Amino acid sequence: MNFGSIPLTYYLVLSAALFTMGALGVLIRRNALIIFMSVELMLNAANLAFVAFARQYGVFTGQLFVFFVMTVAAAEVAVGLALIVAIFRTKHSIDVDQMSSLKG
Amino acid sequence: MTQSDLITILPLLALVVWACALLLVDLFIPKGRKGWTALLAAAGLALTMGLTLAQAGREASGFGGMLRLDGFSTFLNVLFLGSGLLGVAVAYGYLKRMDLERGEFYSLLLFSITGMMLMAQAADLIVIFLALELLSIPLYVLAAFARPRADSEEAGLKYFLLGAFSTGFVVYGITLVFGATGTTSLAKIVEVLAAGSLGTGSLLLTIGAALILVGFSFKVAAVPFHMWTPDVYQGAPTPVTAFMSVGAKAAGFAALMRIFVMAFPSLSADLTPVLWALAALTMFIGNIIAISQTNIKRMLAYSSIAHAGYILMALVAYGNPAVAADSVASALFYLVAYAVTSFGAWSVVMSLEKPDAKGLEINDFAGLGRRNPLLAAAMTIFMLSFTGMPPTLGLVGKFFLFRTAIEGGFIGLAIIGVLTSLISAYYYLRVVVTMYMREGEPQAEGEYWLTFTTVVTALATVVLQFLPAALFALAAGAVLK
Repeated sequence: MNFGSIPLTYYLVLSAALFTMGALGVLIRRNALIIFMSVELMLNAANLAFVAFARQYGVFTGQLFVFFVMTVAAAEVAVGLALIVAIFRTKHSIDVDQMSSLKG
Repeated sequence: MTQSDLITILPLLALVVWACALLLVDLFIPKGRKGWTALLAAAGLALTMGLTLAQAGREASGFGGMLRLDGFSTFLNVLFLGSGLLGVAVAYGYLKRMDLERGEFYSLLLFSITGMMLMAQAADLIVIFLALELLSIPLYVLAAFARPRADSEEAGLKYFLLGAFSTGFVVYGITLVFGATGTTSLAKIVEVLAAGSLGTGSLLLTIGAALILVGFSFKVAAVPFHMWTPDVYQGAPTPVTAFMSVGAKAAGFAALMRIFVMAFPSLSADLTPVLWALAALTMFIGNIIAISQTNIKRMLAYSSIAHAGYILMALVAYGNPAVAADSVASALFYLVAYAVTSFGAWSVVMSLEKPDAKGLEINDFAGLGRRNPLLAAAMTIFMLSFTGMPPTLGLVGKFFLFRTAIEGGFIGLAIIGVLTSLISAYYYLRVVVTMYMREGEPQAEGEYWLTFTTVVTALATVVLQFLPAALFALAAGAVLK
């Protein structure tokens, strides 16, 4: 099945590119918020691929999964932002390079 | 919801309802009396344990095959609930002593255990993803529970960022597996793979399985995905660390076993070398770096990394049908051995811990042998069990792991395992030497439930080794079909 005129491969390439950008972002960026945004990018890359596959197979499972991922990501945002706010209050910084009270 | 659905999730349902109710009831329990919350949490866990045991031996499948109740899930659920009970026992006095008495601790613990149980029962990649998040998100909060202490907050944030990162890999892996097979159900994936060639899909499937492996390697703390472990284990409140090192690791392995042994035996040609390298690296790096640690929490963190390597060693042979059953059984057996040993060791650490993360250097154990012989004897048992020396359960557990590796034809890996165990004797026995041979005046906490946990786990470590056959038969009966 095709999507209008756009073949599945295009979606997959885009999704793989987004995922790679997200993963690189996590590894390269030092700001906790931006790292977190990069993680969200990875999840959304998966969502895009999931919807494209679901369309190709003509099954609903894929679209359902996307809803689960979105909901869980929202829960993760709540916890993650709370942690970031708490650590900002203590350290006045969310630079992960400055989180070095634990080492050995 | 049919009757079969209800039977499948009955213990889970009981626990999650109890956890929600506990969150509410805790509002009415005044500060300073949070012992009641702990008691109620323990009651909920005991009730769920009762339901789980009442269902032992029963097999059911619910929600269109998304959830299963079988020997594997029962075995692991008992392990999770047991570690939850021990977690509540050690947390009660600790939270009071460290001035962290907040009731939500116990609800979060219960939610996390619900996630672990869901993981053990999951037979669909969607449920595995949900279970992973349900067990992880409360743990992120628990790791940062000692706020505003900077090291606890730091541990929480690090655990959160790397946990979320690893979730990204799992989700993308699931996507690719779905793309290759058109289904997320493990049973249907097996059918599709058995039906014939996937063409280009087989590449997607392999990459997907590899990404899932990466994601769960973070969860079980396998090298090279272990960077978060020492920091998080050190910074998190010690009861949380103990619970995390037992429960989260067992849940990660539960997912790996379900996914790989059940759905992907056909990929073993590609994945076995990867697992081999992961296991070897994890055993090697974990044990080597542990040698240079002076903080007991960090040392035990590296020890937990090393033990993930030993368990992975059993899973390397998962693709060989003749050995697959043994590989799951010996991994489950070792998870039990590791659980009692690890909980015991952490409870001794808690006995010596002072506020503001003092009393956690290995040197602080000096003189414990004279000052508190019982505690020192218990710690000695745990250290021997970690090393895999008699008279402890750790020896039996390692024996089964090595036997599985050799049966599967991975003699080189078994040799690496034995050699790294020898290396590990150095840093485990250093703790024993410090306790008995060096002078010091450590002040140990004599809180009732903490001592209770130490004694129970020490007895279990020694006594269970005399019935390895019974325990191994239980684990083998739990193997996936």
